[in-house]
Amino acid sequence: MTSTALRGRAWKLLEMVTTPLLPSDYLDLVSPLRAGADLRGRIEAVHPETGDAATIVIRPGRGWRGHTAGQYVRIGVDVDGVRLWRAYSITSPTNRQDGRFTITVKAIPGGKVSTHLVRRAKPGTLIQLDQPTGDFVLPQAKPAKVLHLTAGSGITPVMGMLRDVEFDDVVMVHCAPQPQDVIFRNELHDLVADQKLRLTEVHTDTDGMLDIARLDELVPDWAERETWACGPAGLLDAAEEHWSEHGVRERLHTERFRPSIVVAGDGGEVTFSATGKTVDADGATPLLDIGEEAGVLMPSGCRMGICFGCVTPLKTGAVRDLRTGEITEAEPGVLIQTCVSAAAGPCDIER
Amino acid sequence: MTAIDPTAHLTAEQIEELGRELDAIRDEVIADRGEKDAAYIRKVISAQRKLELASRGVLLFSSFPPAWLLGTAGLSVAKIMDNMEIGHNILHGQWDWMRDPKIHSTTWEWDHVSPADQWKHSHNELHHTYTNVIGKDNDLGYGIMRVDEDQKWHPLHLGQPLWNFLNACFFEYGIAAYDLELGKNLDKRRRKNPEFRARAKAVGRKIRKQVLKDYVIHPLLSGPSFLPTLAATFTANLVRNVWSHSVIMCGHFPEGVQVFERRSIKGETRGQWYLRQMMGSANISGSKAMHFMTGNLSHQIEHHLFPDLPSNRYAEVAVKVRALFEKYQLDYVTGPLPKQVASAWHKVFRLSLPNRKPKVNTPEVPNRKQELVAA
Repeated sequence: MTSTALRGRAWKLLEMVTTPLLPSDYLDLVSPLRAGADLRGRIEAVHPETGDAATIVIRPGRGWRGHTAGQYVRIGVDVDGVRLWRAYSITSPTNRQDGRFTITVKAIPGGKVSTHLVRRAKPGTLIQLDQPTGDFVLPQAKPAKVLHLTAGSGITPVMGMLRDVEFDDVVMVHCAPQPQDVIFRNELHDLVADQKLRLTEVHTDTDGMLDIARLDELVPDWAERETWACGPAGLLDAAEEHWSEHGVRERLHTERFRPSIVVAGDGGEVTFSATGKTVDADGATPLLDIGEEAGVLMPSGCRMGICFGCVTPLKTGAVRDLRTGEITEAEPGVLIQTCVSAAAGPCDIER
Repeated sequence: MTAIDPTAHLTAEQIEELGRELDAIRDEVIADRGEKDAAYIRKVISAQRKLELASRGVLLFSSFPPAWLLGTAGLSVAKIMDNMEIGHNILHGQWDWMRDPKIHSTTWEWDHVSPADQWKHSHNELHHTYTNVIGKDNDLGYGIMRVDEDQKWHPLHLGQPLWNFLNACFFEYGIAAYDLELGKNLDKRRRKNPEFRARAKAVGRKIRKQVLKDYVIHPLLSGPSFLPTLAATFTANLVRNVWSHSVIMCGHFPEGVQVFERRSIKGETRGQWYLRQMMGSANISGSKAMHFMTGNLSHQIEHHLFPDLPSNRYAEVAVKVRALFEKYQLDYVTGPLPKQVASAWHKVFRLSLPNRKPKVNTPEVPNRKQELVAA
């Protein structure tokens, strides 16, 4: 008998011993980060970056597959006892030697998870992790000329790239309210001093919001540069339009932290038939949030309509895609993305 | 014999006001529920798992009498914790708000022969909704006993003290049987119903797993201690069964607890539903350890009012609920475990015999059915 078959048998026996629990339920008590466990991480340090941003150092479990610069990771954090999932860009380089990685979080007003991580997270806390993902990454061949267009915490995935790769010609235009709000400011200025980066800071409190047309003046050759842009929806929408107008849309890569919502619909009574819960939903709140609020165990993923980790059968009724306004009606086999769908009248979600 | 309606002095408005006051108590706990509560249940689960592992470890050497005693005691406590403070309460959805898929009513499974989903249906939907309504609430006498003077007497009821004793010893099987509604479903036509057969199969699988673990694998792993370990796991299951049966009898059986007629709950308002829970449940008084070992079902009244509030909060809620009982001049039935168990058993014996005068008047809706109390 091969050793894997033997191990399989031993595991089966162990399962018979631990039923109705699983062997892993017991192993988790002593070794939550072991290989084969659900992917978790342990917060090992929290370093303040600015008045409202901090870098969190995380030791991932043994199952961590590593990331590509620019990718994000979804983390599940217990805030006031409630598990909440959010996505954050990884800011550490891929070749970090100690096996840890970092995310850098800016506390946004009213943001439960971001505020918790920046102000209250304690070293030693276990968090839940997903494997890193995202296609806001560099191509295999290093581009000759690069532009990073970022605002606020949009700097985080780009910082992951800057720390990972030495570019030949890289320009960054970064917007923040005031100089002290610029995350990683010292490190950026060090790069500038070493002539590894050209940096333009736009301080929106004094300079006003960045008018995308000003790029001609700030970075005259912007259209020739492979560009990575990350920031609020307004900036990204303007950039996409600008790049399209100049026929260079394919050079622009964007990363959004939230879906851009275009339509709010009617709302209605939502039934989660498997759980037996019924709640009223408005036409602007994603069904994922509605379900979670009601205590239904909803699968979730990126929370912005990309990863399809949240798809769930729609049994009856209709839902509206919050990004497009498109209505989907229930039919056998119809699956909806609960993170970007809101009730468009009464509906029944199979959860 | 006189019939007393302990709620007759309340007006309809008062009952609704009482409902609002109870809602307010519930809202207060929910607003405040958080990190400490989550830490509590995780601590209890972790302690239970460690205790079970340690006890089963000690039982590997159970031919050594002190090891047998220690291991059996530990395993009994671990099984009680699993069923009461952990399983029962998680399956009620008391911890769903944490959104932790590992501690959630839809994913939890317990050390019990009734599969969690079947128990949730008969317990959460039937028993908690139709608390103490004759003919609707299977918990009332578990379909094998006469629990109210108005129920027709049958010679089989003479044996009910024995049925109750056997039910106590093999309580988890009794629960599985009535979750399956065996009494009703064993007739020829229903027996073939595919839905029933699927559920019966699930129970069979669960029984097989539990039995294999407790009575085959664990004794086998004990090697020369095979028989003592077998005796130990049997004893632990027996202790758990008798204990949970006793606690649960105390919840609805002691003298002074009201039962209700089917018709009385038609068109019941929120306030009236609360009132029925208040009058249909009884508490057990005692120490913190007692409350813990009963899974806080010693706060049965509070649990029935707010089945989905975290169990660690019932003690503080009880103070406020009791004040409401006093304010509305209602009788808060409570007492130490031995007294309540004796009271429940007394009823089982008393009703095994026919009573002289079954009540004949049929109260108008929404009057509640009264228990006949010997004056």
